[in-house]
Amino acid sequence: MSGAPSIRDMFFEECEELLEALVEGLAGLEASGPDAAESLDTVNAVFRAVHSIKGGAGAFGLDALVDFAHTFETVLDKVRSGSLTADADLMRLFHRSGDQLANLVEAARDDVPANAEAAGAVLSELQKYLGDEDAEEDFVFEAMGLDLGESASVLTPDTFEISFVPKRALYENGHEPLLLFDALAELGTLEVTADTTGIPAFDGFDPTDAYLGWTLRLTTTESETLLHEIFEFVEALCTLDITKSSAAAPAPEPPGLIDLPDLGGLPDLTELPDTSALPDPDPIAAEAPAASAGKTHEKEVRGPKPTLRVDLDRVDRLINTVGELIINQAMISQRIEELDLPSVAHVTNELEAYKLLARDIQEGVMAIRAQPVKPLFQRMSRIVREASDATGKTARIVTQGDSTEVDKTVIERLADPMTHMVRNAVDHGLEAPDARIAAGKDPCGTIRLSAAHRSGSVFIEISDDGAGLNRERILATAIAKNLVPADAELTESEIDNLLFLPGFSTANAVSNLSGRGVGMDVVKNAVQALGGRVSISSQTGKGSTFSIVLPLTLAVLDGFVISVADQTMVIPIASILETVRPQARDLHRIGIDDQVISIRGNYVPVVDVAANLGIRRSGPAPCGILLLVATDPRGMSALRVDAIHDQRQVVIKSLESNYGRIPGVSAATILGDGKIALILDPEELVNLNMGAQPSAGLPPPVQKELRHVDGT
Amino acid sequence: MTTKVLAIDDSRTIRNLLRMSLENAGFEFHTAVDGVDGVARFAEVQPDVVITDINMPNMDGYGVIETLRSGPRKTSVPILVLTTESSDDLKTRARDAGATGWIVKPFDDASLVSVLRRLTGNAA
Repeated sequence: MSGAPSIRDMFFEECEELLEALVEGLAGLEASGPDAAESLDTVNAVFRAVHSIKGGAGAFGLDALVDFAHTFETVLDKVRSGSLTADADLMRLFHRSGDQLANLVEAARDDVPANAEAAGAVLSELQKYLGDEDAEEDFVFEAMGLDLGESASVLTPDTFEISFVPKRALYENGHEPLLLFDALAELGTLEVTADTTGIPAFDGFDPTDAYLGWTLRLTTTESETLLHEIFEFVEALCTLDITKSSAAAPAPEPPGLIDLPDLGGLPDLTELPDTSALPDPDPIAAEAPAASAGKTHEKEVRGPKPTLRVDLDRVDRLINTVGELIINQAMISQRIEELDLPSVAHVTNELEAYKLLARDIQEGVMAIRAQPVKPLFQRMSRIVREASDATGKTARIVTQGDSTEVDKTVIERLADPMTHMVRNAVDHGLEAPDARIAAGKDPCGTIRLSAAHRSGSVFIEISDDGAGLNRERILATAIAKNLVPADAELTESEIDNLLFLPGFSTANAVSNLSGRGVGMDVVKNAVQALGGRVSISSQTGKGSTFSIVLPLTLAVLDGFVISVADQTMVIPIASILETVRPQARDLHRIGIDDQVISIRGNYVPVVDVAANLGIRRSGPAPCGILLLVATDPRGMSALRVDAIHDQRQVVIKSLESNYGRIPGVSAATILGDGKIALILDPEELVNLNMGAQPSAGLPPPVQKELRHVDGT
Repeated sequence: MTTKVLAIDDSRTIRNLLRMSLENAGFEFHTAVDGVDGVARFAEVQPDVVITDINMPNMDGYGVIETLRSGPRKTSVPILVLTTESSDDLKTRARDAGATGWIVKPFDDASLVSVLRRLTGNAA
């Protein structure tokens, strides 16, 4: 079928949803157990998902997908009908089948050859669950219509006499004798004679009753079987008699496969007999005016959660416009402030209301882009299965906070780094089953994914209950690769975070599974590009945890408007733990330029923002205000700025696409007075500061990385 | 008058494909996303012909056909079953429920349109 590309795209979009429903259903089935009362509904839902994929795939001629889905569906049907129990083995197979189905969908979507071997392996396992009778009933798609070619052999034509008298029920079921005649006419030469003698006088005429009968004379090379098949759907609804004129005995009626006949290229309908006795085609239609005539509209509002599908571009345009609105609102506020009106002025009150509304609109618009992380997590469960299959380990996945909503772009761009981390967790994190048993652990490892909102950020953690990081080996690798000097003294968490160094990943350290030439530095870059940060922590013998902190949205942020050396800048509030106005005596000098401040007994390095941005020479500066920021894993740094002016939401405008990348600066925004302000990246500022320390003496990559300073 | 078609199918892809074929052919096209929706939409739209899937949530295709063919407001509009299955069992069930015909997915545009035109006796 020559489906327009857009419909094809929509099919694959739907496939995504169906695959999600499939995974969800399988998980539900696993959770409830095969005997639970609700499990039938769940099996039904899983079945339907596979079935719908098959149906759509058939329409686009995706045969590999159709074949696989069909076999999968047939096994599911056996579970549905109760002839098969979904035990642990079968559930595993179902999961793998779901994965393969997803692979096949992906391959079909991208129009690349699928991994036939993997699909074939799962397919043959599925087939083991099918008896011979299922196997024989090989699945074929039939195009609608009669398959005339096959049964038409070189026979001399026979003539059949067909007497056909419909009952009332035939019309009640929406049948149309004309169609049957059309189908018969396809088979050869047809003569039709109507018997109108049954029509009563007008006053006894019931328009919904059947009065007509027909005698048909068909000369055809087709078998009598085929004639019966044409009448298959109406045979119980009429009096039918088919006889061969040559007086051969009628063949018994075998089961037919013929469906609605193809009726192309037939004589004009007007040549066919009068059908005035047909009942009103639709009594219901006659009862009410067709109010919606001429207007097509699709109603898609059933189900628990009505949704609206909108082009993403439209949402983004809206978000952009709302961004302008926020900037505009800030400008108006500023102008009004400049007028210095009494605080009770109406305009001030109205302005407050306007601000609230603008904020509501903004939040509402942002929420449109927000999506639960669930599909992302579900995809990870597949990665866990693939990775554990490939490594011979057994692993289960546990998710928490599936419904946490994150910006769509963030979710999309997180997929690759997360895949990598999850693969890593299975491949490097988990021990082989026998090693786990030896360590007194459950032979089946656990990969835990969690997501949560906390103080304007999204926290995502990927942890395993494996052996923890092998710090000796990590350090040795880093030294061998000349990433750190041989005599470097690093804390445990510093060693752990060496993993994120570019060039750390080696063939030696990486198996063929998580290899693929991607190191953890790529993960880190991807997360940082989203305005987030990633770190790893590990406990020997208990496992490792990757932690990702991300902003809720990529479009706006809550920031402090600060000034640094007479420049107005914005710093994200989310990264600030605390603000401190230090007394001169709290500050301690270390070396020539470096200062630390004692915060509750801990010495925290002071980072002079102006000096690091090159706006002001470093050196003794006024105490200013210190913004304490967290540096992972649990350290702190203090950013020195001159003043904090305001706290407000700012619209993020990318610098990189308009200007270029500036270290220490993540983006820019437009303030209420129309001026452009840079948005600072606190973490990078701290890194810059560390890099500027001549005493560190490490090669550049590590200087950038070693930012864990807790002063203790 | 334009011929109204109601397609009941839980697959958006199939609905889209039908919509494309049938709207191009000049039918007024309506859809429902499952059996219960289908019955509700039937009363609303009052279509001239119904195309229904069998495997659907809430109410399956047999249920739809039985519902539409029974009760005081039973209809005699043609109901076509559109499904990937072609086993005799399923076909018999659909026929007994009151289906008018059977179309196997994937369907062929031209034949479908031709069948619908003839079923509804309308050149629309």
